[in-house]
Amino acid sequence: MSERKVTIASSVGLHARPASLFVQAATATGLPVTVGRVGDEPVDARSILGVMALGAKHGEEVVLSAEGDGADAALDSLVALLERDLDAE
Amino acid sequence: MSTETAGSASEIRGLGVSAGTVVGPVVKVIPPVTLPSSEPAPTDIGATQRSIGEALESVAAELERRAGLAKADGRAVLTATAMMARDPSLLSSIGASLVSGLGPVTSLDTAIRQVVATFTAAGGYLAERATDLLDVRDRAASRLLGQPDPGLPPLERPSVILAHDLAPSETAIMDPAMVLAIVTEAGGPTSHTAILAAQLGIPAVVHAVGVLAIPAGTEIAVDGSSGQILIEPDETVRAEFGERARIRAQLLTQGSGPGRLADGGAVSLYANVGTVGDAEQAGAADVEGVGLFRTEFMFLDRTTAPSLDEQIHSYSTVFAAFGSRPVTIRTLDAGADKPLAFASQDPEENPALGVRGLRLSRRRSDLLSTQLEAIAAAADKTGAYARVMAPMVATVDEADWFAAQCRAAGLRTVGVMIEVPSAALRARHVLASVDFASIGTNDLTQYVMAADRLSGELAALLDAWQPALLDLIHATSTGAAAASAGSDDGTAKPVGVCGEAAGDPLLALVLVGLGVSSLSMAVPKVPAVRLALSLHDRATCVAMADAARSAPGAVQARAAALALAHADLQLLF
Repeated sequence: MSERKVTIASSVGLHARPASLFVQAATATGLPVTVGRVGDEPVDARSILGVMALGAKHGEEVVLSAEGDGADAALDSLVALLERDLDAE
Repeated sequence: MSTETAGSASEIRGLGVSAGTVVGPVVKVIPPVTLPSSEPAPTDIGATQRSIGEALESVAAELERRAGLAKADGRAVLTATAMMARDPSLLSSIGASLVSGLGPVTSLDTAIRQVVATFTAAGGYLAERATDLLDVRDRAASRLLGQPDPGLPPLERPSVILAHDLAPSETAIMDPAMVLAIVTEAGGPTSHTAILAAQLGIPAVVHAVGVLAIPAGTEIAVDGSSGQILIEPDETVRAEFGERARIRAQLLTQGSGPGRLADGGAVSLYANVGTVGDAEQAGAADVEGVGLFRTEFMFLDRTTAPSLDEQIHSYSTVFAAFGSRPVTIRTLDAGADKPLAFASQDPEENPALGVRGLRLSRRRSDLLSTQLEAIAAAADKTGAYARVMAPMVATVDEADWFAAQCRAAGLRTVGVMIEVPSAALRARHVLASVDFASIGTNDLTQYVMAADRLSGELAALLDAWQPALLDLIHATSTGAAAASAGSDDGTAKPVGVCGEAAGDPLLALVLVGLGVSSLSMAVPKVPAVRLALSLHDRATCVAMADAARSAPGAVQARAAALALAHADLQLLF
């Protein structure tokens, strides 16, 4: 099991367009990726409903986890995505 | 009249809200399916879950297809909605319901409702997405039950649209060239449908009870003035409706230029516009300026406030479209019924009476100061004649505060909307620190008659011919005249009207008789009002206003004004 911590860079937080882009990227990894606040129950990162309901805001730290072949590379690419202001792009 | 010549045609009467006569085939907006109240448990859970998954997938594909046709803002929402329909967690939640013994549509409904409850509780942006989820449910349920998709079917030929009521999301995708007329069973004279139809110049009738019983494909005749609807009209009626449409079109193309009464008196004809695109179109039209530029479009459906630069760009484009003609900008008119995602507000019991309009601007003065700065910068850049006004002003204190904010931003021509009866009654004092007033008749009617402007059932109370409304307009112009006389330089403080009333050719004459000097309306309504003005002198307008104010009710007020009008005016209705 691999884990990464990342701070949400998007100015609107992890909903609207940034949430869609993140979920698409998580689904594309083909791995069971989860996302959650530190110490909280994580949600499936491939579920737009779960990610939107999580409601992670700009500047909040979240934990990404994944298991399986290529998990580290997959998490690195997702971290890189969340570190960008997706709403401004 | 057509009723006597109608033969066997049956008739329905609604409220005419956008003039014009037309005959054409009916296309009905399909309401969402009724969800079954009891449903047998499926025998094969796996197969049932797969068919629900296929229904959701086909909904997602349809939403993506529409996303491809939509503009940037709409596209993001449709794409996200398609992803929600495909969400694996939704399908597993549906699976759990199926296992517990619920039927397929009930399981779908239960799963969606769970998410809707979470989203609604979170409020803000998520709460707005709840509507999208319910739309996904309705579409998927229709597919599972073998029913057509809810909403407006694709139009293959010019048609009359029949609906219970139309949502802004439905009208946004309508092709005006294919819509002959709009008829709704619900809605009132100031409902979204009425305003949109007037903007597009499409005949429309609202509150036409029983109209949904007409089968799709039936030919009907629609009179957007009287509200008369004739089912399967005979040749005589067809000929008469065609002839009236022809005469109307001919009359409307006769006049041009600034609004003039028969005695040469000037009445300015302005356009109401709601977006930058509207403004560019209106700029090319034969109007004398903009009487109402609504700025909400820049603020609603967004997660962050528009930046100073973005606002300067939008206002500059609008100003440029009008050159030296005046452009009246109304500052942000949002509030509990038009919520802003970035200005969190507690839900209100009574949003129309809540923190909206200028009241919200006082709470969030940062939004107002950015907006005023942008308007001033855009006006400087383009050399435009910018007029700025505040919505929902109720007191002298509010008017003074707004005027001070505007003057501090460097804006020279400042006004207030008269929409609250207190401001109309106290116009002399409310207008002391500003340069002009603009009466918003839709809200003023709603507030003076204590009748929700969206209620079809209260349409008679919301009639702009209500003598109480005419009295308030009279009070406003009398107060404005007193305020002008009392001002330092004696400059007149003009009173305009920018509600739906200004676009009614007969009522426009009464407004002029009440002392109104400019009329602002949807562009397609301008030619009829211009013609009406040219047929009457000021003395006649004053006599019509007196007669209308002396009447006991709205219907009698209109009849009294019509009795004094030029005979040709009737041809416009």
